[in-house]
Amino acid sequence: MAKPRVATASLCGCFGCHMSLLDIDDRILQLVELVDFDRCPIDDIKEITGPVDIGLIEGGCCNEENVKVLQEFRRHCKVLVSVGDCAINGGVPALRNLVPLRECYEEAYLRGPSVDNPSGRIPDDEEIPLLLDRVVPCHEVVRIDHFLPGCPPSADTLWAALTALLAGRAPELPYELVKYD
Amino acid sequence: MTNATITLTVDGRQIETRPGQTILEATEAAGVYVPRLCWMKGLLPFGSCRVCTVRVNGRPQAACTQPVAPGMVIENDTEELRALRRDLIDMLFVEGNHFCMFCEKSGNCELQALAYRFGIAAPGYPFLFPQRALDASHPGIFLDRNRCVLCARCVRASRELDGKTVFGFAGRGAGRRIAVNGEDLAHTDAEATDRAVAACPTGSLLVKRIGYAVPVGRRRYDQEPIGSDIEPAAAGR
Amino acid sequence: MTTTAEQAAAAICAEHGDDRTRLLDILLAVQRRHGRLDDGIIDALAARLGIPRVDVAGVVSFYSFLGDEPRGRIVIRLCNDVPDLMVGADKVAEGLEEELGIRFGETTPDGRFTLEWASCIGMSDQAPAALFNDVVVPNLGPGAARRLVRELKLHPEVADLRRLIVREYGDGKNSHDLVRAAVKNNIRRPGEVILADMAHGAGLRKALAMSPAEVIREVKTARLRGRGGAGFPTGMKWEFTRAGDAGQRYLVCNADEGEPGTFKDRVVLTERPDLLFEGMTIAGYAIGASRGLLYLRGEYAYLREYLEHVLSERRGQGLLGEGVCGKAGFDFDIRIQLGAGAYVCGEESALISSCEGLRGDPKNRPPFPAQRGYLGRPTSVNNVETLCCVPRILEMGSGWFASLGSRKSTGTKLLSVSGDCTRRGVYEVPLGTRLRAVLEMCGADEPVAVQVGGPSGQMVGPADFEREICFDDLATGGALVVFGAGRDPLAIASQYLAFFIHESCGYCTPCRVGNVLLKERLDRIRAGRGEAADLDYLQTLGQTVKAASRCGLGQTSPNPVLSTLRSFRSAYEALLVTPAGGAQPGFDLEGRLAEAKALTGRGSVHFGS
Repeated sequence: MAKPRVATASLCGCFGCHMSLLDIDDRILQLVELVDFDRCPIDDIKEITGPVDIGLIEGGCCNEENVKVLQEFRRHCKVLVSVGDCAINGGVPALRNLVPLRECYEEAYLRGPSVDNPSGRIPDDEEIPLLLDRVVPCHEVVRIDHFLPGCPPSADTLWAALTALLAGRAPELPYELVKYD
Repeated sequence: MTNATITLTVDGRQIETRPGQTILEATEAAGVYVPRLCWMKGLLPFGSCRVCTVRVNGRPQAACTQPVAPGMVIENDTEELRALRRDLIDMLFVEGNHFCMFCEKSGNCELQALAYRFGIAAPGYPFLFPQRALDASHPGIFLDRNRCVLCARCVRASRELDGKTVFGFAGRGAGRRIAVNGEDLAHTDAEATDRAVAACPTGSLLVKRIGYAVPVGRRRYDQEPIGSDIEPAAAGR
Repeated sequence: MTTTAEQAAAAICAEHGDDRTRLLDILLAVQRRHGRLDDGIIDALAARLGIPRVDVAGVVSFYSFLGDEPRGRIVIRLCNDVPDLMVGADKVAEGLEEELGIRFGETTPDGRFTLEWASCIGMSDQAPAALFNDVVVPNLGPGAARRLVRELKLHPEVADLRRLIVREYGDGKNSHDLVRAAVKNNIRRPGEVILADMAHGAGLRKALAMSPAEVIREVKTARLRGRGGAGFPTGMKWEFTRAGDAGQRYLVCNADEGEPGTFKDRVVLTERPDLLFEGMTIAGYAIGASRGLLYLRGEYAYLREYLEHVLSERRGQGLLGEGVCGKAGFDFDIRIQLGAGAYVCGEESALISSCEGLRGDPKNRPPFPAQRGYLGRPTSVNNVETLCCVPRILEMGSGWFASLGSRKSTGTKLLSVSGDCTRRGVYEVPLGTRLRAVLEMCGADEPVAVQVGGPSGQMVGPADFEREICFDDLATGGALVVFGAGRDPLAIASQYLAFFIHESCGYCTPCRVGNVLLKERLDRIRAGRGEAADLDYLQTLGQTVKAASRCGLGQTSPNPVLSTLRSFRSAYEALLVTPAGGAQPGFDLEGRLAEAKALTGRGSVHFGS
């Protein structure tokens, strides 16, 4: 029987949640025994091919590319999990929701202290994804099945949730493992 | 004072109490935890957060402001009221900007602790991301309205315990906000040792330069749910 | 250093006896004189009255008619209530904006004009309507609005705004020298109790010949219930108040009718002030109060001088003051407290807060006003219409009153009828009258919906037109807004939610936040971005707000949604979408990308648009 497939992605996040996944230490050996990985920054597969049993999303959606990736994950993943505060509430990147988008662009491309932009224009390069007017939590873009809060969720939290999901159970975590910090 | 006792029923259990108490005080004395946020021991009850809503003879009432009366039949820990309280906690999260990951109060915050106790992994409402002013003018105190839940604990503590009037309310509706008795906090008689500052249940009022002296993981609600001190039975769960 | 404005403010405090409980009157007077309540003035008032400046600023920021921003010498407040929007208030707004060159919320650079929206100003029967300072301008079409503003611009110094604006007086006392208003009464159907021909004074004389307990018994026998909407038995309220502490007690008349679509108290105050004051006097006698307050909503300030005049006439006739009607030991007088634009102050404990010079936050109960109300003393708060019934009950007998209406809902009810009908105005009908009968009287042509009791009431469809207007069926404070073919019940529900969001005091979580969330989801559905689960979301959220809110405003604020979910469910269902691929239909990608497209000047690569 084929092993369950897992895919992960970091959208508008800091990869801290992925680092926390690596923090499961020697349990990572058990994990590679238990599952095959589809798209994941750890194996450097860039495109999700699916079908995937469990998708883990770190980060919220700050631009069109994030939305695209998230929608692909939703299409290919049987179970999709928001991992970490950024996926759940936008996290630190959502601080820019308190600043008008024009000011964000101007600070980044025109006025910032390290900016050297003789054109004086906001770039229209297609390699730079368009920003959403605000950072949006993943569950406001697609249906999300489970949430693992934390910044990042601890390695124990991730391990407990993953093993539960692999066993076909909803991750019901004990009090100590559900934290927002 | 009369020595008469009053008998109430809380979730099917009879408890004895005295006239003059509120439902919240009476249940607490009997080891029953009614979740609450704006209530604080030693302050006059305010009744704004509504988290302590119970049903009294079928009618919803705030336990913190409702006095006991003989024969009251009170529902507290029911599925309906847990859902209602969860809704209210969710509302408080989405109406403000609660970034727990860099808030110094995390682990000691009563709003967060309630969410932990209710097992909230993500709120059921969309985030509103309001624009709110913060005030770092005071040398010893930081006021961040992004984290304010409008519980008036600072307003009341300043007046009732500190003998001052540092805080008040301005605006109404969604624009209601904490105001200070001066141009900004530095231009008031607020001091970092004021009971009003310590009264804040969230990280809206913080004493500066304390930060993470107690590291995350060893804070009040990291291991034990809020309310454990009231209901001995739940403490060890 | 004190400015002249601060000195003037101090003088106004002195005129009010430096009484901090009169703060609302003081602030209104200073605002009128100076146009704004800035920090310097707030400091001066706080120092003079001995209260923290944060508390003065808190009151200023609570009421719509007060503010620290400079306002023009003429503040134009255009009513944005549903009946006004139905007849083109938005076009009037456009005209005003173009003519003045400013947007709503702004003041002209010369400091002459400010444009603001107002919640219902009590003129739904002659909408669109606006207030120019205190002056009511009814039936204000876009053309008339432009002409009026152009004319006002020609007169930089306006001594008497009323003289300049009002060309033709309304009927009845609207043409009285102290009113001089263009307002029309629009009394369409006088009834037996309030709009009947009557002999003034008979009820009061009979009451004073009885003991207070006998007066209360008579009102209880008549089974009079509060006309404000809640329907609490009046006699019982008086009994509770009378049972409160001995010493000073208060009778407060709630003339803060702010429920959108309601205007019947305006007509009563214009045409039956003596009946009202007589009712207040009898109520004062019954509960043992020597002081009465009439809380007059700020929007009806144009009636104030006239009402003061009626009060002073009554004093001259011995109907108020020491020993009313020669009854030794019964002293009673009435003060008018003006409101300042806050719907929540119609809630009785918020109204008391407002009378005390505080923010209009409702108070925690218990204690109830009957135990500890105005200034901590036992207080009975009664509606205008309720108090008007009292002299008639005394005059004609409780049996007569109880014979009108239905068994559990005795007497008549004043209805304020507006919207899509040919005869908008005030109707006095026996309680128990069927809604259909009223719709026929007012010339409503096959309405699709009727809002009964204003936004805090219910929106009903034709299936409910046979129901009765009474306390046990369609309970109402009296507002009926008729919606004809082509009106969208969901758009109306959204406008009503906007009203509650604007008028919530924000004290408690469910009302402050819940209504914002209700409107967000309702508007999402209206935009074609809702799914079936959103109807359950609205229902559950609405019930949470209803159950958990602290006062009547919050407890009724979800009604526009809950009642349309019940009566117009198919209108919701027609708008729902079925999302594909696990998408959230509420996520508006195009909308969220529009600004970035404009700023970068390119389209989306990932979504090819």
